[in-house]
Amino acid sequence: MNLLNPQTLAPWFISLIEGIGLSHFWTLVLWNLIGSISLVLFAIISILFIVWLERKFAARVQDRIGPNRVGPYGLAQTIADAIKLLTKEDITPATAERVSYNLAPVLAVFSVFMVAAVVPFAKGVIGADLNVGVLYITAISSIGIMAALMAGWSSDNKFALLGGFRVVAQLLSYEVPMVMAMVSVVLLAGSMSLQKIVAAQAGGRWFFWVMPGVFLLYIIAALAENERTPFDLLEADSEIVAGYHIEYGGIKFAWFFLTFFLNTLFLASFTTTFFLGGWRGPFAEQVPILGFVYYFIKTTLVIFFMMWVRATWPRLRIDQMMAFAWKVLVPTSLVLLIITAIVLKLGLPAIWVDALLLVLNVTVVLVVLGFLGRAMRLDIDRPKRRIAA
Amino acid sequence: MLKQFGFLGVHAIIALSVPLLGIVAAWLLRPKKPYPLKKTTYECGMETIGDTWVQFKAQYYLFALIFVLFDVEAVFLFPWAVAYNKLTLFGLVEGILFVLILFAGLIYAWKRNALEWQ
Repeated sequence: MNLLNPQTLAPWFISLIEGIGLSHFWTLVLWNLIGSISLVLFAIISILFIVWLERKFAARVQDRIGPNRVGPYGLAQTIADAIKLLTKEDITPATAERVSYNLAPVLAVFSVFMVAAVVPFAKGVIGADLNVGVLYITAISSIGIMAALMAGWSSDNKFALLGGFRVVAQLLSYEVPMVMAMVSVVLLAGSMSLQKIVAAQAGGRWFFWVMPGVFLLYIIAALAENERTPFDLLEADSEIVAGYHIEYGGIKFAWFFLTFFLNTLFLASFTTTFFLGGWRGPFAEQVPILGFVYYFIKTTLVIFFMMWVRATWPRLRIDQMMAFAWKVLVPTSLVLLIITAIVLKLGLPAIWVDALLLVLNVTVVLVVLGFLGRAMRLDIDRPKRRIAA
Repeated sequence: MLKQFGFLGVHAIIALSVPLLGIVAAWLLRPKKPYPLKKTTYECGMETIGDTWVQFKAQYYLFALIFVLFDVEAVFLFPWAVAYNKLTLFGLVEGILFVLILFAGLIYAWKRNALEWQ
């Protein structure tokens, strides 16, 4: 058995267990169980790290030191927080709708764990390489929206209900450009399987270089889907306290917290997969273990970008947020989709297709930015004119 | 493909049981000292006035309706995108027409001020 090649692991394990005398079916179940548990463990352990990273990063941006008491560099702070949350008293409002109140955090965590199943980590290392992978992601992440609405509605708190409504309005609005960006990626890759999308980006032909406009759309929509600044009005502390999870405490709050950071991790993973070549890099084909390294470097960079935006940008108003989704992102995504489809059917050689797509993407982004700038200037001028009149 | 969905089945059980186990563990560990004041709705130290589940903004419905339109569009576009290389020029025209009809719908909603947050 070659330890450096994870693909030989499954046949080796299956033959080993079947040698003991278990039937083929139960061996497969056992193998899947091990894979599933390691996926969940990976998610939870990486969250411990990402939370620490985010707190440290935000602290440095704001000229603070951040957590530095528990463990070296405060690394064990998240573990201490988790233990604290686990032992907190559970306070449920007396008037809450108990069933959906308790079900909401479970469903939220369920949706992010399920999404983890289609993240390609390295060559041949993926939970389930579905041939409907991209559709699966969009379908499963909708459960998270439902969980947020359930939490907001069942808490019997006006702030929570408002937060729940805002979650639905924002996440649904930004799902449209996100899905359209995904359709463009699927068009270019010719498959919905995430491993095949990664394979289509072989030889440094990352979709980021081919379609920077679509990448921009996707990353903006990802920031909104993740409820991060500038789109964090779902939990705007100064308006609606904490949003839909205001009435949650203890472990149930911890699950919502975990969901938030897992969403960050997996949205960054999918950005890497769709646009940054996934686990691809020099020698990743020959030495699959290198795939993990490339995947982690790229994903961490995307997460850093998201933290950077969160630490530096102010929050949008709800009307600005909705207008930006429906009047800017959705039309742009539709135009880019049509452009991609037309260019792919022109019958040009592959290199010309890529170059043409790149040029058209940049043009579309520049035109949209031009329109946006003009609209903003009009917006600033308008009150002045009213005063003059 | 059956094996892949088999993994999803096993994974779904794990993904459901982890949060449930967490809640059960907390239920065993945490203190339980409730009293009526603790269980009131959180609101700035004041008592809540009126019912929570009242009428809300109709604007949310409008956006939800437009979203349903686009979501159904996405369901049709995904298979189109996957089979795109095998499609003829007719497939391209058909797809573009489909997107353009929705685009017209979006512009109609825009002109009727359905996209304004009032």
